[in-house]
Amino acid sequence: MSSTSNLSFEGRVFLFGNNVDTDVIIPARYLNTKDPAELASHCMEDIDREFAGKVQEGDIIVAGENFGCGSSREHAPIAIKASGVSCVIASSFARIFYRNAINIGLPILELKDASSKVGGGDTVQVDLQAGTLINRSTGETFQSEPFPAFMQEIINAGGLINRVKIQLGGTAQCTGLP
Amino acid sequence: MTVTEKILAAHAGLDRVKPGQLIEAQCDMALANDITAPLAIQEFQKLGIDRVWDRGRIALVPDHFTPNKDIKSAEQARYVREFARGMGIVHYFEVGEMGIEHALLPEKGLVIPGDLVIGADSHTCTYGALGAFSTGVGSTDLACAMATGKAWFRVPESIRFTLKGSLSKWVSGKDVILKIIGDIGVDGARYMSMEFTGEGIEKLSMDNRFTIANMVIEAGAKNGIFPVDEQTRRYVASSMKEGKRKDQYRVFESDHDAPYAGEYEYVLDDIEPQVAYPHLPENVRGISETDEIRIHQVVIGSCTNGRLEDLRVCAEILKGHRVHREVRLLIFPATQKIYLEALREGLIETMVEAGAAVSTPTCGPCLGGHMGVLAKGEVAVSTTNRNFVGRMGHKESEVYLASPAVAAASAVTGKISSPEEVMK
Repeated sequence: MSSTSNLSFEGRVFLFGNNVDTDVIIPARYLNTKDPAELASHCMEDIDREFAGKVQEGDIIVAGENFGCGSSREHAPIAIKASGVSCVIASSFARIFYRNAINIGLPILELKDASSKVGGGDTVQVDLQAGTLINRSTGETFQSEPFPAFMQEIINAGGLINRVKIQLGGTAQCTGLP
Repeated sequence: MTVTEKILAAHAGLDRVKPGQLIEAQCDMALANDITAPLAIQEFQKLGIDRVWDRGRIALVPDHFTPNKDIKSAEQARYVREFARGMGIVHYFEVGEMGIEHALLPEKGLVIPGDLVIGADSHTCTYGALGAFSTGVGSTDLACAMATGKAWFRVPESIRFTLKGSLSKWVSGKDVILKIIGDIGVDGARYMSMEFTGEGIEKLSMDNRFTIANMVIEAGAKNGIFPVDEQTRRYVASSMKEGKRKDQYRVFESDHDAPYAGEYEYVLDDIEPQVAYPHLPENVRGISETDEIRIHQVVIGSCTNGRLEDLRVCAEILKGHRVHREVRLLIFPATQKIYLEALREGLIETMVEAGAAVSTPTCGPCLGGHMGVLAKGEVAVSTTNRNFVGRMGHKESEVYLASPAVAAASAVTGKISSPEEVMK
């Protein structure tokens, strides 16, 4: 299964609980690299040893409250994205993970009670622009808040770096000697 | 407006901001370490520019896997070093002058009251102790800040914590913040600002304030912030002597009618030493309610508790005692300056005589990187800030978070213990 458009995705669900922290998303012992593929090979291994082997392109992570709590390591959303996960849906996100995901272009959706509405292995369709989630396995539809325009702009630009690059217009105005 | 709103507004060039508003603001300092800087540098290079925003406003501190633990981390550290040299980054700290970033930057006078600071490290919130707005971000945010000096923020709601009274003997800032996290939970202040106020702050040392501000992220907060008082002014007068910052600091205060999303009050005298059980910092119990838990390792140090006062209380408890024969006690002064002062005060001698291993500054053991990784089934008491599954080593190891006093006492008895058990 794979994503269907820039802000719309359909995939199979991997279900996790509350407070999934960055240390289990990517343990610090693997932070001596920034290679996305290597990070992906250890993604989630301390809570689901088989995740890296089972996850397929387009799959979707659904979790409970405070997903991504803990450290600021951008390696966490990078590991998830490089695993092939198309979108992360959680009841709530820890704030640094939230902005990191947006900044690197990993689609996320905050949806209250997400983890109780969807089961592991279900197929769901997500539309970030509309803020909707359809559980194809049960036929149920859920509505969330759509992304603020500012954040859609970052996602549409392909991440924060591209947005800033556009702002800098290629000829950056850099100043500064102490 | 709250103090946090005022600092954000001032740095966004706005008269007023309100919670929920998205703003772009000017940073006074941007920070990264040897884990987060490599990704930030890689992203910075995608921007196609050859100069940083201000080479005197970026701090690069290789403190996590240094002195390097393996070839890969050595390569990462070299990547950061070469970037720092190439860009002429003024505040790059090599091993030997390096310290744990959040102890180092305030000590060097690189962060001052009224600042807006971002760091690619979640414990960047520590500087709130100085009356600055500081918060953790990821590497991409940091890359953009290195290029433009700016970052985007959602203005947070604030929760007010009023502290009254004074701390009892053997009780510290660590116990205050663990108690609060235990009460409000690991997402109790998610996206929000935790503002500390009240007459109890007057008697809280700067080291205690740093510890409290450091762990607000463990309640999900965006920042924690203290008022600027005489103690702060004395601290900053001393730290700014090095002349790393030429500008004047600014003091912001919350308005009397500032809006708060929540209010809590704590009487410091009522707080006993606290212990956070595995595997979340919110699993907190008073020391009098703990079970008998045998331990294998004790770690004293980190950006949370590696400051001079922490080492003093540790040495006070270790003096005349021996580390339990089944326990390994590892102590990490947070900066070279703290190390030297501890040496001059005779604290290091006391620690070594008691059977502790004392190390050069590093974040190593806190995140299971190196210098004290736990084996399967091992149990540690640690003065660090997180006790997640696998945080300090094997996924079947366990971490109990506590103050330096409880950690030192536990090292002596071989089980989680109140300092009073040792200091009868």
